[in-house]
Amino acid sequence: MPQPPRVYKTPAIVLRQRRLGDADKIITLYSANFGKLEAVAKGVRRIKSRLAGHVEPLNHGSYMIAHGRNLDIITQAQTIENFPHLRDDLARLSRALYAAELADRATEEREENFALYRLLLDTLRRLATRDDLDTVLRFFEMMLLAQLGYRPELRHCVECAAGLDGERLSWAPGLGGIVGPECRPENVTLRPVSAGALQMLRLLQRGDFHALDGIEIDRDLAGELERHLREAIHFAIERDVRSAAFLDSVRRPPRGAGAGPAGPRPLSRL
Amino acid sequence: MNEPTPAPGRPAATAAPVARLIEALHKLPGIGPKSAQRLTYHILRAPEAEARALAAAIVDIKERTTLCSVCQNITEHDPCAICDDPQRDRSTICVVEEPLDILALERAGGHRGLYHVLHGVISPMDGVGPEDLKIDALVARLRNGGVSEVIMATNPNLEGEATAMYVSRLVSPMGVRVTRLARGLPTGADLEYADDQTIARALEYRQEV
Repeated sequence: MPQPPRVYKTPAIVLRQRRLGDADKIITLYSANFGKLEAVAKGVRRIKSRLAGHVEPLNHGSYMIAHGRNLDIITQAQTIENFPHLRDDLARLSRALYAAELADRATEEREENFALYRLLLDTLRRLATRDDLDTVLRFFEMMLLAQLGYRPELRHCVECAAGLDGERLSWAPGLGGIVGPECRPENVTLRPVSAGALQMLRLLQRGDFHALDGIEIDRDLAGELERHLREAIHFAIERDVRSAAFLDSVRRPPRGAGAGPAGPRPLSRL
Repeated sequence: MNEPTPAPGRPAATAAPVARLIEALHKLPGIGPKSAQRLTYHILRAPEAEARALAAAIVDIKERTTLCSVCQNITEHDPCAICDDPQRDRSTICVVEEPLDILALERAGGHRGLYHVLHGVISPMDGVGPEDLKIDALVARLRNGGVSEVIMATNPNLEGEATAMYVSRLVSPMGVRVTRLARGLPTGADLEYADDQTIARALEYRQEV
């Protein structure tokens, strides 16, 4: 049998990093060729590390990785894009971290999924450049659900399969779709879903981001969409997404400052 | 004390107190099994006074240190020596992640003002949010007035930047100038190997020579 190559190369997005020992870090990458993988970046906490800048979270780069005894080791890295605009803006950054954490928590190691890699990359690019940040995130969530095999059913009642035209429809995140007015399944969370929200969910599900261009979404509808999709994600990955709390806290006026004579200005984008 | 069967990997011949110290030292960061053994036998052979001094020092750092009520640094006397020093400039506060960062900054010696230790950094994916840090204490300090500048000296990585931005958003409306440590090429570095963002920042913040 031929020996497997000692090193391999792949473009990847850095999802997160955690400390290992004194100067090393374990980097979680979402790679184009191998799905999610973990590898050690040696010495990146030292000030003269040549690697450190290339393995920062949310970096998109090309990585050369060597098979190690326990963990693989990043031997070379070259940044392709580092999204500076994403990092300079809390509203963008908090959303990008949320997307990266979702990709991390929703996937297993070494399961190749190029479509998901593309989706994450497109999402980061959009979060770095566009202003409809919440729409970008909703699109990411909806496409991620489809990638994971939890594409919500939005055309027919998930209980009785009848077509959905009328009113009084409900979103049943645990059942993976919409429940019609006639059905009342037991022991299942049901949320009223507005006609506008259903229309938007269907539009998101078409998978064509440009179809969403220029669509104005008011605050209430944005909130409803966010709640519905977050619940669906929660049911799909059966885990909490920790970054959601930070996203919410960035959106709120920060605690402890609101009471003062000069509270923080709300950022216009939030 | 009757000793159960020895832990795997440890010869039964090792006396229990020796094994206990080896295990305790092994838990320290950067200490592997061999180093732990060497340190243990060094202490074993050292004069008793030396061993007692070490033990007392370990107990003391748990019993006789507290957080400075002003800057949240670790100190024996509250307020700490820096906060209590009349020579220091009270109008600038340098905000750092960890007490160790103060040591680094003091060693470099450029900062004549006070400090504030956050004891961590915002790391959303690890579930560390602003409320887990000493940010409220910083805001309370600034409310008392007299501070004109806050220098954000968090690490120049994603979490450090996020924390700096978050604090800045909170503090700027209070009329306090918020600055950030400059970023660029480290002394002795090689341009060829520097990452794009570092080079971009170094260009952006270039200076007259």
